[in-house]
Amino acid sequence: MTTIYLIVYSIALLAMVSLGLAVIFGMMRVINLAHGEFMMLGGYACVFCVRSGAPLWLGYIAAAIAVGLFGVLVERVLIRHLYGRIVDTLLATWGLSLFLVGLVTSLFGPQAWSIPTEFGNVSFGGMNFSSYNFILIAISIGMVLVTWAIARFTVAGLIVRGTMQDPVVASALGVNRDLTYMATFGYGAALAGLAGAVLVPITGASPSVGLFFVSKAFINVIVGGHLPLLGTILASTLFGAIDGFVSYILSSVVGEVTVLIVAVILLRLLPRGITGRMRTGL
Amino acid sequence: MTPEFSADAAVPPKSWWWALVALAAAALAGAPYFGDEAFQLDISIIFVFALLALSMGFLWGYAGILSFGQTIFFGLGGYSYAILALNLSATNLPFLGALVIPALFATLLGYFMIYGRISDIYLSVITLVVTLIFEKSIRSTSGPEYVIGAVRLNGQNGIPGVPALTLPWLSEPLSISGVFYLAGGAMLAAYVGLRLLLTTRFGRVLVGIRENEKRMELLGYDTRLYRLAAFVLAGAVAALSGVLYALWGNFVAPEMFNLNQAAQVVIWVIVGGRSTLIGPIVGAGVVQYLSNWLGTVNVGQVTLVLGFVLMVFVQLFSRGVLPSIGDAFERLRRKGKSYGRAP
Amino acid sequence: MTTQEPILWTKGLERRFGGVRAVAGVDFTLKQGELRCLIGPNGAGKSTFFKMITGQLRPTAGEIHIAGRDVREAEPHAIARLGVGIKNQVPDVMNGLSVHENLWLAASSKWRGRQAAAAAGRVAERLSLTPILDRLVGELAHGQRQWVEIGMVIVAEPRIVLLDEPAAGMSDEETALTAQLIREFNREMTIVVVEHDMQFIRRIARMVTVFHQGRILMEDTFDKVVADPTVRDVYLGRSMGA
Repeated sequence: MTTIYLIVYSIALLAMVSLGLAVIFGMMRVINLAHGEFMMLGGYACVFCVRSGAPLWLGYIAAAIAVGLFGVLVERVLIRHLYGRIVDTLLATWGLSLFLVGLVTSLFGPQAWSIPTEFGNVSFGGMNFSSYNFILIAISIGMVLVTWAIARFTVAGLIVRGTMQDPVVASALGVNRDLTYMATFGYGAALAGLAGAVLVPITGASPSVGLFFVSKAFINVIVGGHLPLLGTILASTLFGAIDGFVSYILSSVVGEVTVLIVAVILLRLLPRGITGRMRTGL
Repeated sequence: MTPEFSADAAVPPKSWWWALVALAAAALAGAPYFGDEAFQLDISIIFVFALLALSMGFLWGYAGILSFGQTIFFGLGGYSYAILALNLSATNLPFLGALVIPALFATLLGYFMIYGRISDIYLSVITLVVTLIFEKSIRSTSGPEYVIGAVRLNGQNGIPGVPALTLPWLSEPLSISGVFYLAGGAMLAAYVGLRLLLTTRFGRVLVGIRENEKRMELLGYDTRLYRLAAFVLAGAVAALSGVLYALWGNFVAPEMFNLNQAAQVVIWVIVGGRSTLIGPIVGAGVVQYLSNWLGTVNVGQVTLVLGFVLMVFVQLFSRGVLPSIGDAFERLRRKGKSYGRAP
Repeated sequence: MTTQEPILWTKGLERRFGGVRAVAGVDFTLKQGELRCLIGPNGAGKSTFFKMITGQLRPTAGEIHIAGRDVREAEPHAIARLGVGIKNQVPDVMNGLSVHENLWLAASSKWRGRQAAAAAGRVAERLSLTPILDRLVGELAHGQRQWVEIGMVIVAEPRIVLLDEPAAGMSDEETALTAQLIREFNREMTIVVVEHDMQFIRRIARMVTVFHQGRILMEDTFDKVVADPTVRDVYLGRSMGA
């Protein structure tokens, strides 16, 4: 029972952390290596809110909005000029990532900032679990559902899906491609910011938070393939299960390394990721 | 616009090039007489990084393989030397072993990726992931049970007390000046060696593959073999820089494998430009000098500046400093020509 | 191998892409020394057929033999070494390198050292490329680039040369020259040409194979093919240029 819970938590965590990156990659073929730093900024935004007296949930919203807007700025200033140049966007966002880490370290110092959490524990099958973990699982599911709902049921979602399938045709039909990309990048950034905020009660906000999660998210998205939702769900399930299971039995480092090795092997077998061959879907 | 890569790589270098190489060798030989040990240490590490940059620049610029994982072999080279040298009492075998072991791993990894026909961007991703695997694995080996022979891996603290190298024809281990000569000599030798390699059949075929792999295949070349050979060669050069790093600091640590180190290699090559062999060397020198100068202030600031440099260079000087300067000169030259023509 | 045995033959050759059969069961035989033309509307499967000959695509069914060897599972470079050269429609060369380097690389796959350089020089002479040996291929005019590629294809003295629309984008003069060259080369090597330009085909063709919807519709001499009503139907609206 404990194992199942740990695995579910692991999957949810991975999905939450990767979704923003997946949306941007799936939609724009941009590998945003600053994704981790977007999360980091979300964490700091949340901490600022809470320290100014706001409730935690408001901190989440503030983080999502703030980082979302920042994402729009990044898209305008940096990504915009590098479309189609997949290697250059990777390098440029890598540069942005270093820049943000350096900036935050200079401004706020390297130590972690935390916020008080009074969430209490829940007893389950003989073990104690922090009830915050359940909140995280719930939010993770929520993020996936909301993204799915937006994509499936709204006009904006339709536009995004259309542009994803065939940007030229979409453009010919009158879709403002620039605006679509800008909004999508902003949305992906907002998801990252939200993830960062949700993680703050667990990890605190520090400059190195991004580095810790970005490689996991990165692997998840690449192996997931080009369909953001399905790819993230499948890859998160696979890696979350492996990581949760192996970490429980051996250690978290062995879990991480196992995930990485499995990722390398999977990429060799499925060179375009799990959903690489699927032509339709989300 | 001038093409990114010189079409003359296959042409043997002219005499002025050889003169410059001789000059560099002379400068190298004489430098310890003009600078104290601190100076030599500062320059030696630049030689070490320049060699690492050269390995990546060669692989990217001339074989067309973008590897974010030269740090894999850099770290493996350093660690192999440390572990072998601390276990055996001699240092010559460890030196060789520290080149062979990474080369073997490069063959394995390269075969897996290149013969698996993994697409370019995913190849780059895998190299990044593998260097992360090494970093995470080694960083977690703090416990006393993680031992190879008599040497503890020591996790994130790294392995101190790496013995100095005693060359077979000398009776004493290398001093700081000795390491300076070795590092500088290795860098120069690697540069000259790679430059001359480009004039051989292997080098010319490699460049052909970079230009158009599919066409070369249709001409009858097993491109996978050539690319694998280039990957292993670049790995060996990176391993050499790793050994030199261990000799320079008498120390190896998991940071040799980490994301920051990998990012630095990329930055050196981007700043210097991948379209020449001298570019990465210059890039490493410039960036290291800059980092040293900034490092006296605050760690955070160095990362910040490096990140900024990377962003700017990717956008504006995507071909690197040297080619961009070359482009600027080319434009000035063309303007000059048009002024010279009769109206 | 006697001259009676075909240098290339396929049986039931098929290539699927998802649900589509681009090549749907082709029995094709090519004798040594032939000059064969493949015609057919776009999408008839000619390019896919060529790609399976060169090994760039694996057949999903059927057999293919070149120079007596089963090449169904062979890598492209191995097939090239058997003596198959292909010149694609769009010039596919090393644009950043000189004409000389391109020819040398092509020659080097078969010969070493000075022999390779000599072979490259000979081909350059034959195709009047000597004046531009030092020029970057990427800076040449379209027609010149085509000839560089032709040079690269023939320098290693292949057994079979596949030409995909060799006259595309050429002036009348260049087209006539190309036809002449093809007839010349045919004395030394077997040639298969894919073309749409009927005037061009008339100049060079003996046997013509008509592709349609992934199969061979008809195989006969040029005059018979041009006169056939089914072929005319397939090419509805196209000028057959009598």
